[in-house]
Amino acid sequence: MADITPPAYRSIPIIPKLIPGAMEGKGPFVATDKINEALGFPGHLVDDWHDKAIAKMGDLLTRFRSLKVYMDACVHCGACSDKCHYFIGTQDPKNMPVARQDLLRSVYRRYFTLPGKLFPKLVGARDLTREVLDEWHNYFHQCSECRRCSVFCPYGIDTAEVTMAAREILQSIGYGQKYSLEILGKVHKIGNNLGLPAPALKDTLEGLEEDVKEDTGIDVLFPMDVKGAEVLLITPSADFFAEPHIDSLIGYAKVFHATGTSWTLSSMSSEAGNFGMFIGNYDQLRQAALRIRQAALELGVKRIVVGECGHAWRVAYSFWNTLTGVGDGADANDRFAQMLQKQLDHRYKQPAHICEFTWDMIEDERIELDKSANDNLIVTFHDSCNVARGSRMGDYPGGQFDIPRNIIRAVANNYVDMDPSTTHERTFCCGGGGGVLTDDLINVRVKGALPRMEVLQQVTDMQKVNFMACICAICKTQFTKVMPIYGFDRRMVGGVHQLVSNAIVLGKNK
Amino acid sequence: MNALLAILFYLATLLFVVGLFHRIRTYAVTPAPLKIPTTPAPTTTGGVVLRMTREVVLFESLFKANLWTWGLGWLFHTSMALVVLRHLRYFIEPVWGWVVFIQPFGIYAGIAMLLCLCGLWARRLFVERIRYISTPSDHLMLLLFIAIAVSGLMMKFVAHTDVIAVKIFFQGLMHFSIQPLPADTILVLHLFSVVVLLVIFPFSKLLHAPGVFFSPTRNQADNPREKRHISAWAAKMESEK
Repeated sequence: MADITPPAYRSIPIIPKLIPGAMEGKGPFVATDKINEALGFPGHLVDDWHDKAIAKMGDLLTRFRSLKVYMDACVHCGACSDKCHYFIGTQDPKNMPVARQDLLRSVYRRYFTLPGKLFPKLVGARDLTREVLDEWHNYFHQCSECRRCSVFCPYGIDTAEVTMAAREILQSIGYGQKYSLEILGKVHKIGNNLGLPAPALKDTLEGLEEDVKEDTGIDVLFPMDVKGAEVLLITPSADFFAEPHIDSLIGYAKVFHATGTSWTLSSMSSEAGNFGMFIGNYDQLRQAALRIRQAALELGVKRIVVGECGHAWRVAYSFWNTLTGVGDGADANDRFAQMLQKQLDHRYKQPAHICEFTWDMIEDERIELDKSANDNLIVTFHDSCNVARGSRMGDYPGGQFDIPRNIIRAVANNYVDMDPSTTHERTFCCGGGGGVLTDDLINVRVKGALPRMEVLQQVTDMQKVNFMACICAICKTQFTKVMPIYGFDRRMVGGVHQLVSNAIVLGKNK
Repeated sequence: MNALLAILFYLATLLFVVGLFHRIRTYAVTPAPLKIPTTPAPTTTGGVVLRMTREVVLFESLFKANLWTWGLGWLFHTSMALVVLRHLRYFIEPVWGWVVFIQPFGIYAGIAMLLCLCGLWARRLFVERIRYISTPSDHLMLLLFIAIAVSGLMMKFVAHTDVIAVKIFFQGLMHFSIQPLPADTILVLHLFSVVVLLVIFPFSKLLHAPGVFFSPTRNQADNPREKRHISAWAAKMESEK
């Protein structure tokens, strides 16, 4: 791993020259028979993959309007062409969002449109060959479904939707990605992405209680499977043991403790992340999400709060109501959703982000904060892509940008923003999202981090920033891995609730 | 030639209307199972209407993306709209006041349209990234529009055609009677190009025009926590269990 060299910073943010074929390759590891079959996919590439793939594409085109419209609407205007972090970092033209979409669109045109059937060369249509299939596997795993391109597209074409469709076609013929599918298997079997069984989880939480007691002298609890608790916390499983994630988990627990909120984790549903979204499979997405519904019903909780995780928050905020009924506003005769919605307390947003919860408590002055505890830090904030462009916090559009920053400003004295062309809805992905966070894609990950590293370098040089807060488990893992390669200290990265944890004053319950 | 062009116009119009209607119907009936607005997004339907209006009238997203593309693209589209409206005079009698009023502006718009098309084509030819993503049809489509614009402008500035006869021809078409058309090559080229445009519209990237209205990232309200959104095929999964 040490021999990986990062791409050079651009001294001025010029659009890079194309290097065709720069990222050609085999793509990520292919899922094994066992992994595939556990999820109901064919064990390996089926013999009649050509016909099956086209049939699957046809099926998706009738079930997803996004795909149907996005296959037709692109005019090749190029608005998106310089917006993708993987393109900027790799200079491979096939990493331009439009070109990535065209890998699929060219096949769509050949099989589903009249001009493509009659004059394929003229309209850039092509047959689905084994080479095309391999190209899909490679380049659709160099997309983190971060949606930055969709901000700039005049028709709102979202490459994430196209990537999801391509991956769904691939796994339906037995050519899925090992990393994502293996993780989904663990969720279904054990309840979290890491395959951490209930007893191990219990041990970890008890250990955490001891650590916090040692640190603060206060009994901050990390409850598990408590029936009748008010809040069910669903958090990415990395929070249970990975650094720096765990410091944010401690932060959540301290906020719950300080505000006297009764809360619980669930051993059966101990994962906020949902890789079903990454692979574009509605059924997998739904099955993984249903564990949260089941836990909420079994534990009888009134509120569901989600920990720091980008795509998990997108799934929770945007999809949970659809998939599981966690939310509000189901029809009166919608028994499936009503069953859960009747149980939840609708004075609060369902589900709520932990930042929404904490910010409400700060505004209500329910917690005491000592900002000076973070005086050794000059903090900046990395907007996690799926929070920024696929979800919201609070009551108004853009709340997802303000609330985490409000919290940081409330718990720390030194805060600076990065270049505005890389924050808010224009934020760059960390380079590891969307099913890319695996060692077999480390080259893609390092290069994809370039745009964020460039602007982080600016604020560390100019404003002496020494801490980049974020609210995503994938961002945290990705940055701690790639930042040393760019010459940063890995401890520069951490969660917003890590800062809260530093500043919160315990032992004075209000 | 009269009869041929007349038949072509009938067929092209039929294809255009039926093809486009079919396509729009497909978009409308295909479900959007998940809430995927690109956020920050408006939380109400009224807000969505505003967002879509800004997108369609001002090309808001393109403006954020690239000023040159936005400038050329926006001016091209507005000019073309004006030019099309100017041509209403061939189809209505008596001509409405505002159509009379915009006639001179339509001329300038025609020139602006041509210049923008050349600019857009230059981008496609000379900007490496855009050249890479262009297919032959992308170039030909621009050529087709350029042919329409040039032939149209030539009839104004170089070789006038008998516009009164042209009007009689189109009025005739509208009443299913074929009237004589001036035998000018430029006019025939102009009309033939328009026929081609009508024919390819429902089968090509020109579908971006209806498509934008159906784009879930733009036309959905950001209210997933407040209102349960579920498609018919997804709801079936719930009743199965």
